[in-house]
Amino acid sequence: MVNMPFNKDNFKVKNIQKILKERFDQMRSFWNKMPEQITRLIIISVILLAALILVRNILVPGDFGEYGHFRTSAVSEIVSQKIKYAGQEVCTECHDDLTELKYTGFHRNVSCEVCHGPAAAHTEDDEAVELNFPRGRGYCPLCHEYLPSRPTGFPQIISDSHNPMKACITCHDPHDPKPPETPKECKACHANIESTKSLSKHMYVDCVQCHQTPEDHKTKPRSVLPDKPKEREFCGTCHAEDAVGDPGIPRIDMTTHGERYVCWQCHYPHLPEAR
Amino acid sequence: MRKSKKEKHLSIKRRKFLKQISLSLGSIFFPAVILAQETIEKTAKWLLGENYDPYDHFWGMGIDINKCIGCGRCASACKQENNVPTEPFFFRTWVERYELLENGQTRIESPNGAVDGFNKVIDQNSKAIKSFFVPKICNQCDNPPCVQVCPVGATFKTPDGVVLVDSEYCIGCRYCIQACPYGARFLDPVTKTAEKCTFCYHRLVKDLLPVCVEVCPTQTRIFGEIKKKASPLVRFLRMNKISVLKHYLNTEPKVFYTNLDLEVK
Repeated sequence: MVNMPFNKDNFKVKNIQKILKERFDQMRSFWNKMPEQITRLIIISVILLAALILVRNILVPGDFGEYGHFRTSAVSEIVSQKIKYAGQEVCTECHDDLTELKYTGFHRNVSCEVCHGPAAAHTEDDEAVELNFPRGRGYCPLCHEYLPSRPTGFPQIISDSHNPMKACITCHDPHDPKPPETPKECKACHANIESTKSLSKHMYVDCVQCHQTPEDHKTKPRSVLPDKPKEREFCGTCHAEDAVGDPGIPRIDMTTHGERYVCWQCHYPHLPEAR
Repeated sequence: MRKSKKEKHLSIKRRKFLKQISLSLGSIFFPAVILAQETIEKTAKWLLGENYDPYDHFWGMGIDINKCIGCGRCASACKQENNVPTEPFFFRTWVERYELLENGQTRIESPNGAVDGFNKVIDQNSKAIKSFFVPKICNQCDNPPCVQVCPVGATFKTPDGVVLVDSEYCIGCRYCIQACPYGARFLDPVTKTAEKCTFCYHRLVKDLLPVCVEVCPTQTRIFGEIKKKASPLVRFLRMNKISVLKHYLNTEPKVFYTNLDLEVK
């Protein structure tokens, strides 16, 4: 007799024993009736499964998969890596005078460790580690040597011609870098344009002849900008047929030449012979 | 007359059936629910370093091409901070110079990853129309191909979005190096395991910036949270026109470029 569960009698101990025994007998007869090859297959697969679980348990580290598909301790291993660059704030704790000086200058956003090297060991023991002091002429040009690829407006020099053999720090304080005197020549910053112009027919035309440059542009180069000629009549002061000046200067008829275009839409003023 | 077994089964009442099914299903799922709750509790408690909860952050980087002066201080500092082998070809971050030439070709160079800066020397035979620097770094993809291919689970994405390498567990099969479309990984010549940028994870947990961001003299690199409003990166993303490298690969990079030229691959 097979009793269904949830019958009141079923929860008596005697009945439960009886039901269990009945079920067990059923299972045994089922097992005995099974073909032999199936029995073996089942035994082998159970052993294989057990072996798989065992081997996996041994090989996979215990903390694998706690927070994702990785070893949790791997993250702590990576985190335990030693810090070498201490960060700018730590420097200010002792060197507040230099920080204050630097804060007002153009180098205010340049972290101390850019030039002085990794300083974490120095913050723990200030005598143990000697920091870098790049006093020679080799280091500053890493940023300030003229490269055509650098963004316009970034202060650049051509170190071959910019006071050769003199260390940068004899004239410039690296913590408050400014030109020892305001630059007289535009090429101190606009080396690209200056070198192009120096090979062109306009080489003797001064920059300020076309660009009205306020004095403040030398100290605040980005906020105070020089002027640019806006009309074609400006070029006409030299190049119009009735203009006064050297007869070698090419002249054009302002009324017919170029019509409504402005001159620099076709001619590059810094290299007028270019096409 | 006794009912046959089959008939008896058929005679189960609906109420009985529902009772049984709900009890047996419940007994199966109850442990799972308990386990899941335990995991969630534990996950919420994962603290790294002193007080760093990886679930509380989501990091990204912004790079402004127009600001990069190609000084290579980032590449140099990264090598020192992370003990990257000093030989060329092993870089966690590096700077490339692009020159678009008059004949329509593009010249890309990165002498020693720009660790020693760039030379002025430019090929005289072909004139460059324009030229600029591009800092490169692991893009910390949100959908990282390198993690997908790792056969042992040695490379993984942390909850704060950083892709890390477990060098103890890495078997050095180089699948991930092949899979990375940005060439950001290399095989460490000493340990023979895969290596890559970690966003200076050991610094992040101590509330410090990655070292390449720390030393960048022109603030070309901006680092911060992607999802928090008061973050310099969010401001960067809002104020600039943003692009990423190889967007068509669907890797969802978390290194965002602005003023990026079409030529940059």
